[in-house]
Amino acid sequence: MAGMELLSDQGFRMDGRKPNELRRIRFKKGVFRQADGSAYLEQGNTKVLAAVYGPHEIRGSRGKALHDKLLINCQYSMATFSTQDRKRRPRGDRKAQEMTSHLKQTFDAVVLTELYPKVQLDIFVEVLQSDGGNYCASVNAATLALMDAGIPMKDYVIACSGSHMRDTPIVDMNHLEESSGGAEVIMAILPRCDQIVFLEMNSRLHEDHLSGVMDHVMVGCKDIFNILNQQVQDELCQKTELDKIVTTG
Amino acid sequence: MTDAELSEAEKTFILHSVQDNFREDGRGNEDFRHMEVETGLISNTNGSARVRLANTDVLVGVKVQLTAVDPEKPEVGRLDFFIDCSANATPAFEGRGGEDLGSEISAMLTRAYSCPSAVDFHSLCVLPGQQCWLLYVDVLLLECGGNLFDAVSIAVKAALFNLKIPNVTMTKDEGGVELDLSDDPFDFKRLNVAGAPVVVTVNKIGHKHVVDASEKEEECTLARIILGVTEKGTITSMRKEGSGSLDSDSISEMMESARKVGMELNKILLKALEEEEKQGAKTVGFLR
Repeated sequence: MAGMELLSDQGFRMDGRKPNELRRIRFKKGVFRQADGSAYLEQGNTKVLAAVYGPHEIRGSRGKALHDKLLINCQYSMATFSTQDRKRRPRGDRKAQEMTSHLKQTFDAVVLTELYPKVQLDIFVEVLQSDGGNYCASVNAATLALMDAGIPMKDYVIACSGSHMRDTPIVDMNHLEESSGGAEVIMAILPRCDQIVFLEMNSRLHEDHLSGVMDHVMVGCKDIFNILNQQVQDELCQKTELDKIVTTG
Repeated sequence: MTDAELSEAEKTFILHSVQDNFREDGRGNEDFRHMEVETGLISNTNGSARVRLANTDVLVGVKVQLTAVDPEKPEVGRLDFFIDCSANATPAFEGRGGEDLGSEISAMLTRAYSCPSAVDFHSLCVLPGQQCWLLYVDVLLLECGGNLFDAVSIAVKAALFNLKIPNVTMTKDEGGVELDLSDDPFDFKRLNVAGAPVVVTVNKIGHKHVVDASEKEEECTLARIILGVTEKGTITSMRKEGSGSLDSDSISEMMESARKVGMELNKILLKALEEEEKQGAKTVGFLR
């Protein structure tokens, strides 16, 4: 059956992408007024909103406070209408809890936590539409939201997924490719210092292929980084231009 | 909703501005703030809409599902409201923090839509006595900047307007009727929402009342009534909320205001939605 294959003989994927091609990325920083930082990000049909509150005093029990560094508090939730079949609960299921702890781990590694002892930072991620790569889109959106909030970080954190199909590594998988049962490698990296802060693999992959897939995912992450960084810098330049006009009159 | 704490002087200022029919943001007592509505942003749903009313941001997705009819009402379809208060709106909603507010809003919507003329419930019945459509109306609260109830109800009405229900073909074979959903994305029917209510909240501040209160004004309000109003001016539901009390004269005054504002709001909303549909512009969503 032509057209139903995950990777056609001509080397195209089901949505017409090449193996190393990303989906379209669009984003906007600062979508909300009340949050300290926020960002909206689309990767193909996956749409994610992230909001950052803080650093602020510890809410709830003070026992959670860390005496030498910032406490990062995450919540990952998915809108009940985000998936193809309606979800019963937006959060609290095992998958969401796992995702929450993954996000916390990722951002613990990149935020300069030692600068804010005894306080708390909230990162809330809401998936509005899910079409694969939810973790990746969440990480990328949260990075932008942290940037919008002005939280000091070592670098961007960029996440991307990848797999291996018909002897070819592919990157940035959509929902169909994720649910096909093949292996899935998810990585979050600091693109400018080539450090891996998060790595996860689902299903089975031959050991010989692993390094190849990881290399491609790394390249995918750096491609995403370039896209995000370009727009972030452009916006900053525009803003400084505007500021200049304002100050000089 | 959030931590907008006002001093006595600020409260007095707002109170006086309302008495003079010239509110702190320049509006009159029966004026709404600037509002943006967009439909069809979430392609995983059968209908979706986003409303941004000043700082209040609401996203609604409607999904349809075939289900067995309610044995007590075998000839009508069903609506099911669910409100998720996202922690994006305020950290207080984290975990289960938003559930109380969510169920309060969903109860209000259920009551407003329980009026038989709200939507054509009979058209939602596929096979009388057996199968009907169940519409899951899921509301996601993204930011709270005052007047949540009204914003949610406007978004719900817009999403129901946008709703595309796939057509069903029925074939009779031995032992029963077989239902077949159309796979064609252009083979659908729409729901008539002309009779659907919007919710208008009227806040009593001092001796006067205001609609579409901002967060600060909500802080000064001791009592409010929340009404479901249709385009024809029918009031489909009513509830008094808040710690203060109201006399019956002011309730009837507030009802009159709500009816007037609600009728106008319904008309403008429907016009805007039809206009958007005619233009067929690409969705911009949150990227604007």
